[in-house]
Formats: sequence, C-alpha cells, structure tokens
Amino acid sequence: MTVLAYGVAGWLLLVGVFGVARSRALVHAVVCLSVAQSGSYVLLVAVGYQRGAGPPLAGSFAGPLVDPVVQALTLTDVVVSATVTALLLALSLQIARRHGTTDPDDLTGLKG
Amino acid sequence: MSRRLRLWLFAVGAAGVAVLFLAAVLRMPEFGGVVHPLRAAVLDAAAAHRTPNVVSAVNYDQRAIDTFGEETLLLTAVVGAAALLRGGDDAPPPRPPRTMEAVRAVAYLVLPVTLLLGLATVVHGALTPGGGFQGGIVLGTAVHLVYLVGGRAALDRVRPVTVYVAGEAVGTAAFAATGLAAAATGAGFLANVLPFGTAGSVLSAGTVPLLSAAVGIEVASGVVVLLAGFLRQGTAGDEAAG
Repeated sequence: MTVLAYGVAGWLLLVGVFGVARSRALVHAVVCLSVAQSGSYVLLVAVGYQRGAGPPLAGSFAGPLVDPVVQALTLTDVVVSATVTALLLALSLQIARRHGTTDPDDLTGLKG
Repeated sequence: MSRRLRLWLFAVGAAGVAVLFLAAVLRMPEFGGVVHPLRAAVLDAAAAHRTPNVVSAVNYDQRAIDTFGEETLLLTAVVGAAALLRGGDDAPPPRPPRTMEAVRAVAYLVLPVTLLLGLATVVHGALTPGGGFQGGIVLGTAVHLVYLVGGRAALDRVRPVTVYVAGEAVGTAAFAATGLAAAATGAGFLANVLPFGTAGSVLSAGTVPLLSAAVGIEVASGVVVLLAGFLRQGTAGDEAAG
C-alpha cells in the first residue's frame, strides 16, 4: 500500500514530464507540466495521511488529526502551479503571435 | 535535437528518477501510519493562538513569512502575465453573443450566492476550511458570471480592471504592512501580535484574519486581472479571424 500511494505521485511526475518531452504544442506542454506538478500534491497529502484520522480542524474530531503541515504546503503548491500555468500560457500566446506556430520543434532560431 | 533523441534522453532520465524515487519510497514511513514528527508542535501552536483551522494557522501565522514570499510570487506572475498579454485592448468589445435565457437567469441567481460564499470563505479563514487563497479564487471567478449574461461589454462595465490592478497592489501592501506593524512592536516581522480573542469568533486568532483578508484581496484581484488579459486576447483573435 505504501508503494502504491507514493507510486501514484511518482507516476504522475513521470507521465507529465513524458508529455512535455513528446509535446507538439506549447499549450499541451503547459498542461503536461501541471500534471507533473500534481504528483507533488499527491505526495504531500499522502505523507500527511493517517488511517482513521480527522481533518486538520481543531475540535472537529475526537481522534487524531491528519498532518496539517503538508496540507498547508499543498496549498502553496497549488497557488504556485496556477500562477506559473497562467504565466506560461501568456508566454505561449505571445510565441504563437510572433512565430505563427506553437510546435516546440518548429521554434528553432532566435528572432530579434 | 531530434524527437527520437529527445525521447531516448527522457527514457534514460525517467528510468533514473523512477529507481531513485522507488528507493526513497521503500524507506519512507508507512502510508497512513502514525509517524508525523511536526504535527504535535503545530497543533499546540495553533491552539495557543486560538486558530481552529490549523492549515490557516500554519499559513498565516507559523509560516507567515513564507506566505509573504508566495504572495510576492503571485504578484510577480500576474505582473509578468499582464505584461505578456498587453496590447489588443484598443479594439472595441464585439457585440455580446446571444445567451440562452436560462443561462442568464442562473448567472443572475448564482452571482450573489457565489460572492457571499467567497467572502465567507475569506473571513472565516481562521475557523473553517478555507482562507484568503481559496476565497479569493471564488470571488475572482464569481465576477465572471457577468460574462455569461452580457459578454465582454457587460463585464467591462461591472469590473473596471484598473480597480483590480490597484487591488492586487493593495493586497500585497496590506500583508507587508501587517508584518511591518508587528515588527514595529518589537515582536518580529509578521509575528502574531494582536489579541487572540475567544476561539470560534470571527475576530479571533490575532493577525490570521487580517492576513487572510489581505491574501483574499490579492488573489481575487489577480484572477480578475489575469482573466481580463486572456479575455482580451480571445476577442482580438476572433476579430482577426473574422
């Protein structure tokens, strides 16, 4: 079970990077990067999980609570992912406008 | 680099990462187990500052300085995206597309509910799940329900982008000002210096609700500024294509 839970995180990372490596469009590459990053959410939440524990709200649950530290880190992670995705999409738009293509293989030479 | 070579390079790298990752996982504490070294300390600190939502206690109190860095990152990304998306704003908005009456009715009905939900999520950040980041996203997207009703023209009437550009700056400045005010008392930058109040009331937990509100303003403004930039591009493209 341990290997499976953390393995999902590793698989998401690898499959996302695989998507970036074989991408034929920049928007596709940006989405693949988001998939790769979502591996880190799964890893963090999996690290903080405890069987039978309640949500990290004090007083809401009689037993132990799951680890709030990694949940806070996941929130930071999601915010970073969202803002970087917006920035990269804006960049892709500019590239499409200036070079007329979003295929990374066609974006070779530098242009002044 | 040819595609073939690139995929081979990926295969080699991915195999290396997979082996190292698996080696690390095999030595991790058991999934769902009881080993959480930082949990007790964090729960105690949150209880001492009367913040029931421990995730908010971590983000806006214990790690507030990291959240300040995260806010600055958000601001920088929005500024960067806005700079990349500039231009194309001189074209007049095209005639609003026809929208089904049902869609308009639902948008009008849902708009106040969504705004209220967003505000509640921001304001109760210290008490219930949520906080500035989550509520800010709800608020920022709620405004765009107007887009469903009257297209870009209606959206431009109800949300002047300059106000939200200022809001982005005000949110970040409010966070920094709260931190500096705490430093001025001698307690340190972003220390929680306000009285903690009674647990469960909206104005408890010291500076946590203030910082949550500052983040809420910044995130909501950031979402509006970003989407305004992208929407402008969309209509510009339509006109060029048409």
